[in-house]
Amino acid sequence: MKNVGIVIVSHSPLVAEGTADMVRQMVGDEVPVAYCGGNPEGGLGTSVESILRAIDSAWSEAGVAILVDLGGAETNSEMAVEMLPSERARRVVVCNAPIVEGAVIAATEASGGASLDVVKRTAEELSPA
Amino acid sequence: MLDEKRRRALIEDVAKAVIDHAEELTALDSAIGDGDHGANMKRGFEAVLTDLDAISGKPLPDALKAAGMQLVMKVGGASGPLYGTLFMTLGKTLPADADRAAFAAAFKAAIDAVKARGKSDVGQKTMLDVLVPVQEAIASDIAVSDVVQRAHEAAEATVPMLATRGRASFLGERSIGHMDPGARSSALIVEAAAAALATEA
Repeated sequence: MKNVGIVIVSHSPLVAEGTADMVRQMVGDEVPVAYCGGNPEGGLGTSVESILRAIDSAWSEAGVAILVDLGGAETNSEMAVEMLPSERARRVVVCNAPIVEGAVIAATEASGGASLDVVKRTAEELSPA
Repeated sequence: MLDEKRRRALIEDVAKAVIDHAEELTALDSAIGDGDHGANMKRGFEAVLTDLDAISGKPLPDALKAAGMQLVMKVGGASGPLYGTLFMTLGKTLPADADRAAFAAAFKAAIDAVKARGKSDVGQKTMLDVLVPVQEAIASDIAVSDVVQRAHEAAEATVPMLATRGRASFLGERSIGHMDPGARSSALIVEAAAAALATEA
């Protein structure tokens, strides 16, 4: 896949899944999308292991943009990125954007073939590049 | 240098101290956060205990790295990467035969890594408000029992603080008047580690 992949990390499995649904409605399968939510026991929270799996599943040579909701999702995502092999780690970014709006706009931008930097910036500014 | 028996006691005592206080930590977190700190830390340290044979069989620096990795993978909240980073960096930095000065230096490096991971520093009502004064106490020559007392006083000192980092910061001034749960768990870990290291030293 040449388009940037999108990973959605929420504390809630339902929010993660619902956000991914909204993303797919916009971009279909033109963009690799993966999501995860919930702690290792399935309660509200996030899991580094699940985030690593989601990054793998949405992997693209163009890189992966991660959208997160609250603090722990961000911290766990940054931890997961650091645990990737370095040639992958430098092609994964955590976006500072609202999870739903950010994911939809990032994926829409990615579906047009935008670079990882542009996808991230667009999500963070919440307007098309 | 800790032999395997003492490493095992150290890891087990720290894990049990956290697990035994899970309800208290959750109650503190319910007051100013999302109420999962106790359950999360319990899950993480139970995973450490599940792996206790393998972890305590390693030299202390590697044991710390392995315990930290369990916390990263199992806690399920921000405290996983934060405590995981603390222990993993401590393991990476600690010489195998560390004296108190070498431990203080490694602990400082570990705290700096936690600051970077959490994009935080002292005064924001977090675990750092306990870890930093504890590190300073270890770097000085005060007695170990006084280090533990310093840890509890530092946790107590988070009560009047205004949270400016973490979920508690959403509450603004309503975060004042409650002890930070991360500060409390840090003090518990310091107390248990100091006791385990003192018993047979």
